[in-house]
Amino acid sequence: MVGYIWAFLIGVGVIYSLCTGNINVINESILSNANDALDLILNLLPTIVLWTGILKIAEDSGLLDKFAKLLSPILCRLFPDIPKNNKALGYISSNIAANMLGLGSAATPAGLKAMNELQEINQKKDTASTPMITFLVLNTAGVTLIPTTILALRVAYNSASPGEIILPAIMATACSSVAGVTLDYFIRRRNRKWK
Amino acid sequence: MEIASKIILPLFIIIIIFYGVKKKINVYDTFLEGAKEGLMTTFSIFPAVIAMIFAINIFLDSNALGGLIKLINPLLGNISMPIEIIPMALLRPVSGTASLAIMNDIFKGFGPDSFVGRLASILQGCTDTTVYVIALYFGTVKITKIKHALWVGLFADLVGIIVAFVLTNLFF
Repeated sequence: MVGYIWAFLIGVGVIYSLCTGNINVINESILSNANDALDLILNLLPTIVLWTGILKIAEDSGLLDKFAKLLSPILCRLFPDIPKNNKALGYISSNIAANMLGLGSAATPAGLKAMNELQEINQKKDTASTPMITFLVLNTAGVTLIPTTILALRVAYNSASPGEIILPAIMATACSSVAGVTLDYFIRRRNRKWK
Repeated sequence: MEIASKIILPLFIIIIIFYGVKKKINVYDTFLEGAKEGLMTTFSIFPAVIAMIFAINIFLDSNALGGLIKLINPLLGNISMPIEIIPMALLRPVSGTASLAIMNDIFKGFGPDSFVGRLASILQGCTDTTVYVIALYFGTVKITKIKHALWVGLFADLVGIIVAFVLTNLFF
């Protein structure tokens, strides 16, 4: 999918500029593009390295697990179909907790383990189960308390207050999570009625 | 509100480090270890960043977006959404690197403290690569019938984008 989009962007860009006579602009763009990418990486590097260092402390000291434990009673209510004491809930909490802290590398393995556990208790193996969908809706809403890359770029471009976007971003995420979970809930209820 | 925003970062750091010290782990060595991982991760995404910056800059520099906007402008009507944000919102669910590249362009053109710069920051922070995550997670457990997962995920993203727009107006 990303491949198609990539090809689409390049294709449309080149063809459009040929049609509108912008050929000089596009030549310049092609030749200078790679440098922009290096600038971007160099801008991101210092903040990301700093944060992964700090977050490693959170991970190794067990703060992440503790955080996940705090979340699990809330998450329990969203997943009534998962039997109590099933491992899936633990993995789901770890995944959400890691995502919240911006620990993408810790979040994905926990998320995949959660999916495996959910598949174990899934009735139809080729069809998404209810808890799977709820989990993915929560996951893709992307609750992040410390958006490292955004902060890094804002710092690099001399923002007067790089962190000012954190609170509105958290609020926007909260709204989208609630909207997603609510829609999922209503779709589930409607499907049950029809059965 | 401004103070609340500013307090999050320092509070976070102090909690993490104090907890580490309390649990008697070597906070300094652990930091170095994590930082090294971060260094590796950043370098490992470099090819993807080059690829995405390349495609997006060609697309943006060709001004094809301007042509596209002219076409759909009557549909947008009175909504004063800055047009620079539209490709970012469209690409965000598919590729985090692509939307990051566009955010970089927006910062370069308008600065991070402009309206569109703040909107882009909030947008990048409040949504995730929905399509990618769903493909990866369902793919690993071999589920082909995903029912309404994708639509609900994209709906949540749309709500996030709208709320981001409203909040940018409210906060700044």
